[in-house]
Amino acid sequence: MAGNTKRNLGEGHAKSKRGTEEPLWAKWTLITIAMLFCLVFLFLPLVNVFAQAFSKGWSVYWHALTHPDSWSAIKLTLLVAAISVPLNVVFGLAAAWAIAKFEFRGKALLITLIDLPFSVSPVVAGLMFVVLFGLQGFFGGWLNDHNLRIIFAVPGIILATVFITFPFVARELIPIMQAAGSDQEQAALTMGANGWQTFWHVTLPSVKWGLIYGIILCNARAMGEFGAVSVVSGHITGQTDTMPLRIEKLYNEYQGPAAFAVASLLALLALVTLGLKTVLEWKQSLEFSRAQQTPPVKRAPPIGADGGIAGM
Amino acid sequence: MGFTLFYLSALVIIPIGGLVVRTLGLSWAEFWELATTDRALAAYKLTFGASLIAALANAIFGTLLAWVLTRYEFPGRRIIDAMVDFPFALPTAVAGLTLANLFAANGWLGKYLVPLGVKGAYTPLGIVIALTFVGMPFVVRTLQPVLESFEREVEESAATLGAGRLRTFLTIIAPTLLPPVITGFALAFARAIGEYGSIVFISGNLPFKTEIAPYLIVMRLEEYDYAGAITLAVVLLIISFALLVVINLLEQWAGKFVKG
Repeated sequence: MAGNTKRNLGEGHAKSKRGTEEPLWAKWTLITIAMLFCLVFLFLPLVNVFAQAFSKGWSVYWHALTHPDSWSAIKLTLLVAAISVPLNVVFGLAAAWAIAKFEFRGKALLITLIDLPFSVSPVVAGLMFVVLFGLQGFFGGWLNDHNLRIIFAVPGIILATVFITFPFVARELIPIMQAAGSDQEQAALTMGANGWQTFWHVTLPSVKWGLIYGIILCNARAMGEFGAVSVVSGHITGQTDTMPLRIEKLYNEYQGPAAFAVASLLALLALVTLGLKTVLEWKQSLEFSRAQQTPPVKRAPPIGADGGIAGM
Repeated sequence: MGFTLFYLSALVIIPIGGLVVRTLGLSWAEFWELATTDRALAAYKLTFGASLIAALANAIFGTLLAWVLTRYEFPGRRIIDAMVDFPFALPTAVAGLTLANLFAANGWLGKYLVPLGVKGAYTPLGIVIALTFVGMPFVVRTLQPVLESFEREVEESAATLGAGRLRTFLTIIAPTLLPPVITGFALAFARAIGEYGSIVFISGNLPFKTEIAPYLIVMRLEEYDYAGAITLAVVLLIISFALLVVINLLEQWAGKFVKG
């Protein structure tokens, strides 16, 4: 009787293994198709950027990057990112704080509004600022009288970039803060810490990884934004051209290698972003598993396994 | 809290309000006429058609990719897993530039494809290619967590009960995967409709042929036709709002599936 059960179990086991795995040929066909798709859509475009950038040799590459107009585009891009990223970090922290720790009316609406820049076409985003601050816009006359320029100037580029990138930090932080709850903050407050201390010593460390993650994504987008910036910048060579706009201009002037040289810097930025992101995720999961491993003694061993079945 | 609201209203509500107020300055007939010129209609058709095809391609290949990445172990898996986010990280202008170059007549892929009659650069096909690239991570990333948390026991019991692998897949696995795939599809679709940077390089931007709606807005703006640009922008804005609502509903629906 016992032997009989054992044999049946063995058969069932073999069958279930066969049943939950695809035949080998199907598995490898799927892998091959996936690999081919990645080759065409991920690796070839990436390798192509660098191959084209260096197609005419190092000196041409170097020359293209140090061209005054390209150089000023690089500087402008760095400036725009240096202003818009910190702004959005402050906003992201404030918004996530408000959404995660307080209950108020219109919260759902607030979250929708934060998501909005993700779904609005960048061109439409740029146009909204032209409507507000352009010469024919609402504040255009006033700005013109006071000799202030926003559209077709650097402030407009910064505004458009801030708009496009502001969901990144907030989006990363909201779920983390919501999951953490506000017990720890309340504990800190009852022990006599003031609001600012609580924020620095309790809230900020708990969202550290999410914050860094959000900053990296925000920065990558800020440096690479094209559509919105293109609408508000006015394309003044050497003055309001960011790196992506410079690429377009060079491309339209049939200066392929030069366009790819500038593009290679942005591709490098994308690779660094991906690398940092992967490292962060890895670190995070390491910390997570360490936190889970700390009380291993308390956990009862999983029921079932050999003992249970043998007893049957 | 007050800061959040101030920042949001300065950045989001006032600009959108400005756009809406400007539109209200137009009469309904004027709005309708500007929104439905032949050139605009051709641009909508192209934008939606190409976005739909690209989102479908992403749904198919994204599902395949997510499946392969979570279920199989093979050399290079971790690199591919990390690289899936590459289209998010790469500035769209660079994406457009390199794809246009790859599929042009003398590019690495175009060299072989153009003689076969497959023209990727400066055609509607190019637009689909660029949109597929840009939207690729969405389906993979919405599907991956669902696949990872999928309980193998359910599959095993289906198999023990005598179901073949294909039948298990169709009746047990596919229904669970459907909600996240649809969510990913909708996200990719929404992104594709607004996409501008990568398309400018690869499409050639010929009116009536390869001109997408966002590009037409830019054209109108450069002609100082503000009313025309704003009208088209409002049409796109309404569509993005509608898609945003649909996506939120889909996510709720998908969430129900995962819990239940």
